Amino acid sequence: MGAGRILGPQRRNLWFWVFVGPFVVGLGLFTYVPLAWSVYLSFFDAHNTVSPSGSDFVGLGNYGAMLGDGAFLSSLGTFLVFTAFIVPATYALSLGLALMVNRLRIAQAFFRSVFFLPTACSYVVAAVIWKLSIFNGVRFGLANTVLGWLGGGSGDIAWLSTTDPPWYWLVIVTVRLWLQAGFYMILFLAGLQRISPQLYEAAAVDGARPGWQTFRHITFPQLRATSVAVVLLLVINAFQAFDEFYNLLSDARGYPPYARPPLVYLYYTALGQDQNLGLGSAGAVILALIIAVATVLQARWFGLGRTRED
Amino acid sequence: MRTRKRDPLTGDALTKAGRALRVVLLVALALLFLVPFYLLVRNGLASEQDITSPDWTFFPRDLQWSNLTEVFRDPNLPLGRALLNSTLIAVSTTVGTVVLASLAGYGLARIPYRYANAVFYAILGTLMVPAAVTFVPSFVLVSTLGWISTLRGLIIPTLFSAFACFVFRQYFLGFPRELEDAARVDGLGYWRTYWRIVVPNARPVFAAVGTIVFIGAWNAFLWPLVIGQDQEAWTVQVALSTFTTAQNLNLHELFVAAAVSIVPLVVVFLLLQRYIVAGVERSGIDD
Repeated sequence: MGAGRILGPQRRNLWFWVFVGPFVVGLGLFTYVPLAWSVYLSFFDAHNTVSPSGSDFVGLGNYGAMLGDGAFLSSLGTFLVFTAFIVPATYALSLGLALMVNRLRIAQAFFRSVFFLPTACSYVVAAVIWKLSIFNGVRFGLANTVLGWLGGGSGDIAWLSTTDPPWYWLVIVTVRLWLQAGFYMILFLAGLQRISPQLYEAAAVDGARPGWQTFRHITFPQLRATSVAVVLLLVINAFQAFDEFYNLLSDARGYPPYARPPLVYLYYTALGQDQNLGLGSAGAVILALIIAVATVLQARWFGLGRTRED
Repeated sequence: MRTRKRDPLTGDALTKAGRALRVVLLVALALLFLVPFYLLVRNGLASEQDITSPDWTFFPRDLQWSNLTEVFRDPNLPLGRALLNSTLIAVSTTVGTVVLASLAGYGLARIPYRYANAVFYAILGTLMVPAAVTFVPSFVLVSTLGWISTLRGLIIPTLFSAFACFVFRQYFLGFPRELEDAARVDGLGYWRTYWRIVVPNARPVFAAVGTIVFIGAWNAFLWPLVIGQDQEAWTVQVALSTFTTAQNLNLHELFVAAAVSIVPLVVVFLLLQRYIVAGVERSGIDD
């Protein structure tokens, strides 16, 4: 017996909004309104103000300034480099962990917990450990100590403050790798659980050799939907990277001129000393457009519509 | 002649040696994953000289339990206040997000309405706009409202999670209708059916979303950094981050404070891990 037979449509519309209304109003107020306002601000010279007067109208000036700013373009380059490191590294490590943990017969829960535990740690805490203990660049740091034991190097590599070679990438990438590998391992484990055992039996009957062949022809293709989701999440999260960059690289003197991802750049532009909210808003709009275009392209590239039928 | 035995369930086909190698590799990786936690405790309970000593020792030469009390007395690191702020923010964000998103998810899944799909896509669309890109506009709004450095500025704008709403909607679409129909025959309307029948029978999804939201709120950094400008409004993450850039940095204090800051999460994690796992699994897969 459906609700429609008891309540009239008018009452049902009312109840729909009682349930959905508060959420929609809040989401509109704190997502759509700021976005619209930001588009508006991006056409003004708005220093230290959120309600510029008409005489501050600069048209597309902020967009021109943003796209002509070498620092903004190089922040996009930083994102690309970061993505090129972190996406394959996390994908390979989390898939590898999932494959190994999935087949364990003993202590499976223990290993899963250990690899997943870093999810409970914040980027700030992880950055503290990385910056001031493991890769602190002095002799008592763990990385330099271990290098000393192995007899490699003089034991005083300045991991974060040298740009030649850019060791800071090793520090930045390993923080995120440690923090998020367990999360994606859980996604892959869920994907592996959904593969039908009959597929493996059939493959054995067909004479597929165990190991690599089975992985290549059964496990990997069956994980396609999971893989697509993982890569999309990894790229979007890399685009939003802020916490570890800020906490690893900024100090009392500010942020170094290298390794600035888009959000760090935007943070210092919009909320730094001269609070250039107009320029910052233009940057936010450009980033939002890039994300929208990239999401559509990725969806096409991976053929999201097709994976559902697999 | 076959020398390898195959596990029919997993296609596992490793030899005994291979299996042993896998265990060795897993143990080595597990130890590597635990190193940062070990460093947190080691440095947190060491004296400053021990931490900065060029001779590495696996355990501090003398354990400084007094670090734990010292860190709460340092005026440069308002740890007590920051922990209180983080607790208030994380708890109210979790409760608020779960209540708002579950109501909306239920309404979208169960109450027939002509424009329900349009509303749903308007909500889903905000998932395309990452929260981090909206931080400049949101900062503009919050400062217009005069909410900078206030708890409501830190909490209210974060309560409307399209992701949580999406998870609840998908869950309620698969919820057994018979239970609700029976409730309506008994004369309960949507509101009472929801609270008396649906919520008590959907505890796992509430726990899954709740734990994920709690972890995210406790660990959030960018939003509290932008909004919580005054020292009284610092969360524990902002306090730690600011202390890291202090002029005379006290390493043992910083590490013991960092260790204290992850205790609530490790407890939540160990007690509710199966719900967190369920929440993570829901977050990546679209059914």
